[in-house]
Amino acid sequence: MDLEKKILALIEHDAKMPHKTIATILDIEESQVTEIIAKLEKEKVILGYNTIIDWDKMGDDGVTAMIDVKLTPEREVGFNRAAERICRFPEVRSVYLMSGTYDLSVIVEGKTMKDIAWFVSHKLSTLDQVQSTVTHFILKRYKEDNFVFDEPQQDRRLVVSP
Amino acid sequence: MNDMSKYISSTVKSIPPSGIRKFFDLVSQTEGVISLGVGEPDYVTPWHIIEECFYSLEKGYTMYTSNAGLLELREEIAAYQKRKIGVEYSPANEILVTIGVSEAVDLAMRVLLEPGDEVLVPEPCFVSYSPGAVLAYGKPVSVPTYDHDEYRLKPEVLEKYITPRSKILVLAYPNNPTGGIMRAEDLQALVDIIKKHDLIVISDEIYCELTYEGKHVSIASFPGMRDRTLVMNGFSKAFAMTGWRIGYVCGNKDIIAAMTKVHQYTIMCAPIMSQKAAIEALRNGEPEMLKMVADYNNRRKIILKGFKEIGLDCFEPKGAFYCFPSIKISGMSSEEFCEKLLLEEQVAVVPGNAFGSIGEGFIRCCYAASIPNLETAIEKMGNFLRRHQKD
Repeated sequence: MDLEKKILALIEHDAKMPHKTIATILDIEESQVTEIIAKLEKEKVILGYNTIIDWDKMGDDGVTAMIDVKLTPEREVGFNRAAERICRFPEVRSVYLMSGTYDLSVIVEGKTMKDIAWFVSHKLSTLDQVQSTVTHFILKRYKEDNFVFDEPQQDRRLVVSP
Repeated sequence: MNDMSKYISSTVKSIPPSGIRKFFDLVSQTEGVISLGVGEPDYVTPWHIIEECFYSLEKGYTMYTSNAGLLELREEIAAYQKRKIGVEYSPANEILVTIGVSEAVDLAMRVLLEPGDEVLVPEPCFVSYSPGAVLAYGKPVSVPTYDHDEYRLKPEVLEKYITPRSKILVLAYPNNPTGGIMRAEDLQALVDIIKKHDLIVISDEIYCELTYEGKHVSIASFPGMRDRTLVMNGFSKAFAMTGWRIGYVCGNKDIIAAMTKVHQYTIMCAPIMSQKAAIEALRNGEPEMLKMVADYNNRRKIILKGFKEIGLDCFEPKGAFYCFPSIKISGMSSEEFCEKLLLEEQVAVVPGNAFGSIGEGFIRCCYAASIPNLETAIEKMGNFLRRHQKD
């Protein structure tokens, strides 16, 4: 378990860290790293690997919105059934149950604002459990999953110092 | 232009420029260099520390502080030293906040040495102790340490270099450039000699948080050693604060008073913004510091394994963020090796002899670099060695 956690800590922010490097750091065999990662993938501890992309640089004008959703909880299942239904839409990237004035925070991606407006009015708001929605469009991304956009990652140190 | 060099004092003329400086000029002219030649963390100071500095400036903390430094900071330092090395110092008169450990070393030499007094300097070591002694009209005496001793200072070696004029012993562990550390039993073995010869110890513990095996031990924590030891430390390495130029010295109140006297005439006080940042570092900096240390340790393992694979013989460093491999297999001198490596593979490392002549035949490699850069540097050094291996 300890070893698994150590591997996860190493690859959490660097999915591409070579197994050989992980093996060196943890002083184990490379094959053992591969085995453990395969096991964690199988157990769905590792759900998958994403790439964090600055689409702006590729001239792509995608739109992302964060939607606050107020729900009517259902007997026995609470918010789960509605949340699971919302998760199934492919345009939904993330769904979180929140404390506070609303219940779900839903992150939706689309090509245009229209796409998202259509999704909210036709798919989301029409669900029986949904009482209300508030849609916030993301205007600019400064930092995502620990990565800062447009940050010059230069080493400013002198090349040689005592 | 007139040649004004005749006006320069013979003392200053007698000290050679830092061996690193010469190499620095060469590296600066080369493009696309992967540098393992630095002597500082590859992190920027943790944000909460920078932010605390901003806040203090906004509140108008832009004035002098007392010569010894803000009492609040000295109190934090006292608490830290008690936690870290188990020695108590009075914030009132046993701690002086300095412009890095470098100033503390300079002050100590100036207040302790009579002309001709000898300073025992175990080498390889950081570059400033011997010139510091010379500038205070003392005489530096190099004491060798060896890779087969894991660069620990051995009592039998030390004793050979002690004379009636010996006054100061420098102990700089964890060590730059070797990564060597002194364990409790190694220090214990020196205590009687230090007392017998009535030496004062300058204990430069700037790398103490970067100890990867066991716990850092200070010579000041041994019975009877507190008053004859000046414990020097700072924020540069542990908290990635090299550019803030902030450090301190703890010791007996009479020596600290003398150092404070010189400090008040030369420096006045350390910059208040750095002092404010240092308070924040000591109060809330530990979690991020531990993360950085864990990362250095990961990279230490990568460079050690890498060097082993390319055939570079290297003592396993237990502290700081340096490796000090032997380059014997190349048949080259340290400087030749470093220059050729730079020109042929664009990898910068520092010649071992910059840290004392005993460092000849070695190079210092700093692993405070990104993992991909480390791996590339190791690969390039491997290529270099294959080409230049002595038959």
